[in-house]
Amino acid sequence: MSHLPILPVLVPSLAAIIMLLPPLAKSVSRQRTIAWLAFAIMAVVCWQLVASVSHGTTIYVLGGWQPPFGIMLLVDHLSVMLVVLTTFLAFCACLYGSAGEELTGRFFYPLFMFQLMGINGAFLTGDIFNLFVFFEVLLIASYALLIHGGGKEKTGAAFHYITLNLLGSAFFLIALGTLYGTLGTLNMADMAAKVATLPPEEQAITKAGALLLLLVFGLKSAMLPLHFWLAKTYSAAPPPVAALFAIMTKVGLYSIFRVFGGIFGADAGALANMADAWIWPLGLATIVIGSLGVLASPSLRLLAANVIIVSVGTLLLSFVVSDGQSLSAGLYYLVHSTLVGGALFLIADLIKVQRGSAQDRFVIARAMAQPGLLGAMFFTAAICAVGLPPLSGFVGKALILNSISEPLERTWVWSSILLSSLIALVVFSRAGTSLFWHLSGKKAGETKAQPAQIAAIALLLLVTPVITVFAHPVTEFAQQAANDIADSMHLVQDIIAHPPEVNYEAH
Amino acid sequence: MALFWVPLLTCSGSLAALFTQRLGRSACVAISALFPAMALAIILMHTKQVFDLEQIRFTASWIPALGLDLSFRLDGLSFLFAILILAIGLLVMLYARYYLSAHEAAGRFYAYLLLFMTAMVGIVLSNNVLQMWFFWELTSLTSFLLISFWNHRSDARKGARMALAITGAGGLALLAGLLLMGQVVGSYDLDVILNSRELIQSSESYLIMLILVLIGAFTKSAQFPFFFWLPHAMAAPTPVSAYLHSATMVKAGIFLMARMFPVLAGTEAWFLLVSVTGLLTLLIGAYVALFKHDLKGLLAYSTVSHLGLITLLLGLGTDLAAVAAVFHIINHATFKASLFMAAGIIDHESGSRDMRKLNGLFKYMPITATLAMVASAAMAGVPLLNGFLSKEMFFTETLQQSTLGSISWMIPVFATIGAAFSVAYSLRFIHDVFFNGTPGDLPKTPHEPPRYMRVPVEVLVALCLIVGIFPEATVGKLLASASIAVLGGDLPYYHLHIWHGFNLPLVMSILAMAGGAAIYFNRHVLFRIQANFAEKNESVIFDNAVKKLRDASRWLMDGIDTGATQRSVFWLLFLALAFTLPPLMGLNSTAGLRPQLPLDPVMIAGATLLCVCSVATVIWHNNRLLSLLLLSVVGLIVSISFALFSAPDLALTQLSVEVVTIILLLLALYFLPQYVRNHSSPGLIVRDLSVSVLIGGVVGTLTYAMMTRPLDSIAEFYTANAKLLGGGTNIVNVILVDFRGFDTFGEITVLAIAAIGIYKLIARMRLFQPSANIEGIPWAKDKHPFMFEIISQALLPLALMVSCYIFLRGHNLPGGGFIAGLITSVAIIQQYIAHGNDWLVPRIKLNYLTLLSSGLLIAFITGVGGFIWQQPFLKSWHDYVDIPFIGEIELASAMGFDLGVYLTVIGSSMMILANLGGLTTADRLRPQNREAK
Repeated sequence: MSHLPILPVLVPSLAAIIMLLPPLAKSVSRQRTIAWLAFAIMAVVCWQLVASVSHGTTIYVLGGWQPPFGIMLLVDHLSVMLVVLTTFLAFCACLYGSAGEELTGRFFYPLFMFQLMGINGAFLTGDIFNLFVFFEVLLIASYALLIHGGGKEKTGAAFHYITLNLLGSAFFLIALGTLYGTLGTLNMADMAAKVATLPPEEQAITKAGALLLLLVFGLKSAMLPLHFWLAKTYSAAPPPVAALFAIMTKVGLYSIFRVFGGIFGADAGALANMADAWIWPLGLATIVIGSLGVLASPSLRLLAANVIIVSVGTLLLSFVVSDGQSLSAGLYYLVHSTLVGGALFLIADLIKVQRGSAQDRFVIARAMAQPGLLGAMFFTAAICAVGLPPLSGFVGKALILNSISEPLERTWVWSSILLSSLIALVVFSRAGTSLFWHLSGKKAGETKAQPAQIAAIALLLLVTPVITVFAHPVTEFAQQAANDIADSMHLVQDIIAHPPEVNYEAH
Repeated sequence: MALFWVPLLTCSGSLAALFTQRLGRSACVAISALFPAMALAIILMHTKQVFDLEQIRFTASWIPALGLDLSFRLDGLSFLFAILILAIGLLVMLYARYYLSAHEAAGRFYAYLLLFMTAMVGIVLSNNVLQMWFFWELTSLTSFLLISFWNHRSDARKGARMALAITGAGGLALLAGLLLMGQVVGSYDLDVILNSRELIQSSESYLIMLILVLIGAFTKSAQFPFFFWLPHAMAAPTPVSAYLHSATMVKAGIFLMARMFPVLAGTEAWFLLVSVTGLLTLLIGAYVALFKHDLKGLLAYSTVSHLGLITLLLGLGTDLAAVAAVFHIINHATFKASLFMAAGIIDHESGSRDMRKLNGLFKYMPITATLAMVASAAMAGVPLLNGFLSKEMFFTETLQQSTLGSISWMIPVFATIGAAFSVAYSLRFIHDVFFNGTPGDLPKTPHEPPRYMRVPVEVLVALCLIVGIFPEATVGKLLASASIAVLGGDLPYYHLHIWHGFNLPLVMSILAMAGGAAIYFNRHVLFRIQANFAEKNESVIFDNAVKKLRDASRWLMDGIDTGATQRSVFWLLFLALAFTLPPLMGLNSTAGLRPQLPLDPVMIAGATLLCVCSVATVIWHNNRLLSLLLLSVVGLIVSISFALFSAPDLALTQLSVEVVTIILLLLALYFLPQYVRNHSSPGLIVRDLSVSVLIGGVVGTLTYAMMTRPLDSIAEFYTANAKLLGGGTNIVNVILVDFRGFDTFGEITVLAIAAIGIYKLIARMRLFQPSANIEGIPWAKDKHPFMFEIISQALLPLALMVSCYIFLRGHNLPGGGFIAGLITSVAIIQQYIAHGNDWLVPRIKLNYLTLLSSGLLIAFITGVGGFIWQQPFLKSWHDYVDIPFIGEIELASAMGFDLGVYLTVIGSSMMILANLGGLTTADRLRPQNREAK
């Protein structure tokens, strides 16, 4: 049997464990070697996953316990897409971190690997309690990474972040308890099957439980009014960690897609699409508040954080409009916005370091040591973030806009997305001119960006022209990923209805 | 395929410019100009086909999901524009070679210029409207780079930003309009769209679509009320102005209107919107131009005015008007480009563009002056020059329309007035600059420019003359093929002649000439009137408006997000209520049908104590020690209730966790103030209390409703198969290490990460160590009481034995790795408390980090063990083995996994506690755990 589906969890996990064992625990350079080795293996794993998913969705049954009794992993287009994205982003962030951040505190690499393990696990699992477990893994790793390097700002932001997320975890458990109490199962596909035939008096309880899940995922994805943690946390986090965190909101969004598209999706009988009524207004409001935040941002890091909030709102809308037909466009945009968000945080850090005490605030300051290089990177990232041609942002936005044809939806979504783009355009042009051209005349600093840092950003930015030129295969993949939300549930339900002959006998 | 090469070549040219920068300006321009020259050659190769009204196409699939194909077409209109863009572009490149000084980054300049050129040819060659929009936005971006080329200047930055914002906004409106159009037609293919006039004009969204597309065109072509960005874009180097504001950027909007003319024009809405906007722009531009003292400012507003003229022509909607519009596009491009270049030469060689200082330059630069005078005359519409011909056509058309019903006669009147002002400012350009006294206080003595800097001007001025005298022979076919493309059908009858006989349009021309001269020579009167109005700087106004918007949103955001954790938590709980209350209100009865257990006094007493202690914890939360103790009572009752409801595993776990947690919190409390001041205002307390009560109510309701309902669940499978398939009678343990071992694997990872995280947090802490509590009572001197030391020491082996026992029996009886691990930890912690860090560290040589990671490793290896037998991760195995003297015992792979759990739990909990405890000693951190330097 192929163990491919579980490798995205096991490889980073083993790497992290090895790094904590005595021969490596105190040598950062050895830990780094293991990290590169792990990423090399992960590259092959990702390659294989993409190849494997083209032959169809597969499941991996842990411990041999068939669904719905055991835990299973689900390898479909959606999970593969996000695992590949996460791994790539993590590699770039790690590469950036290898240029200095690795030494500002202990356990940088092991925590990074645990973080990767948690995120990959969350994307792959087909079991809702197991999703909770991986949420915990990725959250606790993010708490630890957030305080990496220490300092008052990080500790303050971490306190805020941890308090909210602990509450979120508590609600997650309450929600799972409630859902288990009515559905009696934890396998997502099995839940979906049970929801469809739920007796009326159980529907209310199930709905309350499910909406509590929306609360938890909304918190994770920074949906209004649960977005307060994001700007603060991301701008305080160490740069490579902030870059990796660009995927964190997507974990929440992914969970919304999977749970409210798969379990409580179109086939859920009386509870079909129950979250849409909430996601609609909250998604719109998220775009509005994110755009106000974009306008108000005093520094590039906060600007990047607010751009992420706007993209969250856009993605939430892409889930609910056109009866779900916009989601494939949304998934394309998700890939784009994750990479750009990550790149922006890294660029902000280089700018911050080279501008002395003005940091990355939009005020007059000395010239940077490498204005041409950083300027080119900033310009590229800004075009992406605003969503202008010739880079992938415009493809994503145009895909979303194009997929909506119902007049009322069109009015709301088009105007919010286009206006938010206009605001981003105005703000980014101001930001760029004030960071790069509004100079105090003082001598430029000496500190230059290291090759690893430049390489990391270049890699992230390089993807955007690639997914623009090769937009066709990417959109095809995204379309299949969107279809898989419902299809994978049916597939697993078939497996549950016709279980394979399993030999449970011990050896 | 050849068409695809056109943008590809210009784009490659931009790279070439960057790479040849080091070779000097001349080499750089020579090499990079080769690329647009080749592109121009490709276009010209198709001349015959275009004049024969063939359409050349190239299409390749790009993003089918979006309906965006890579699609180019060459018809009369795109042929005309492509030539204008490429040919004037080449002239500008030559001109800029001499305009830029040696220390300026010529390579960067040409790279931007060629990128811009790429975007422009992209627009005009596109056969897919989304692709056209793609290039449209690229022109905004590249023009931003060009306008801000002198980025050290504040006006350049502001002007560039404003241009980007206005044209970018228009671009977004255009996108919406084009998407709407595509949705109506069902395709973004231009061929399809151009054949769907009926469909588009009868669609409900025609008007909104028209407005959106026109906003795009008007912003780009600087039409009223968006024209104000254009004069501020003059902060760009003059070659940029000559290029962007004569032949290209601003003509993109005109091009768009011409391109969409067959499908959008011909309706009442089109007439009104386009012609009125054009007329207003024509008049305002012409009027303001007269008052500009800056040469380029005058030319900028004159451009605005001429763009208004073309827009007005397109708005009239008749076939002949469209032909006139196309003709004026050609003529305006030639004379305006040469005028900008002449202005640049004057600026370059005299050091000023201020017409109050520039006088009598004719004797210093006679050739340039002559060229500029001819071009100005063309601008004013003097006979024998190209401007005259298109202006005559314009007058003719204004006379033959009835757009505005009974007030249609006003249009020719206003047109004549506009033309008169045009004559006036052209006169000012000629008379003020080249005659009218002697130069004022100029930074340089003016002289003729380098020979080749004048060449582009000479070429363009020559064209003005030749086209003006031999219109039919020179541009006849070009105009015809372009007009056919605009009209999308047959060409109306017209003939290009210098002399049309003595008619009304000629009278209008004469009136305009005379009126213009009169205005110019009495301009002082107008200047005096104009002086009553404060001079406005739109770019500063725009900038301040953006700043105000920014400050307002800062104020708003600060109000919404105070950064307080309490507020975020409130919103979370609030949303939880909003989500859960409506469905719960729809639930008819809380209690379900499941038979309930009888109440007994012990349960009632326990529940009462639980409630009282929970409430008391909240009430006395200001006294931290007290609330901690109350909290521990809550935990204890939870453990007891687990035991009561036959969950001994949970009870044991909860109990050990309670012990460890309380010790941890006590340690933390040592460093914290014993009392908290109450910071919340009464209002906040009411808010928080209500939300908490409601949340408690909701969770209580949910739990009660859920527990009183019968349930079929997967639990049955576990109870039925734990012994049979899992090999253990303790179902909880079998679930933990086998059925759902993957969850446990995740959870021990969580525990390990928590330990590492807390270590990281503590490792940097340098905390104040209080020697007394808040009331001044010193902490006890006897830190390690003798009796405690003795008893603890004796207890250690016992405790370890118990944990061993608990561990081993775990699979069948309450116990297991997790509980055993916690018991071991408690035993070790007790030693720390009894003896202190200093005594224990040399005696207990355990590296907790190693313990933790080996625990994880063991669990991991047990998990992957099954891979050898082609089994999935965490596949368990168990069997009964007969061992001599001991008898038959059961061996299970799950034991190995549980051992991993056991070690991880000890390692993690000890790493946390020992390090936190270490903070209380002089040692602070155990040496082996110090930061790796």
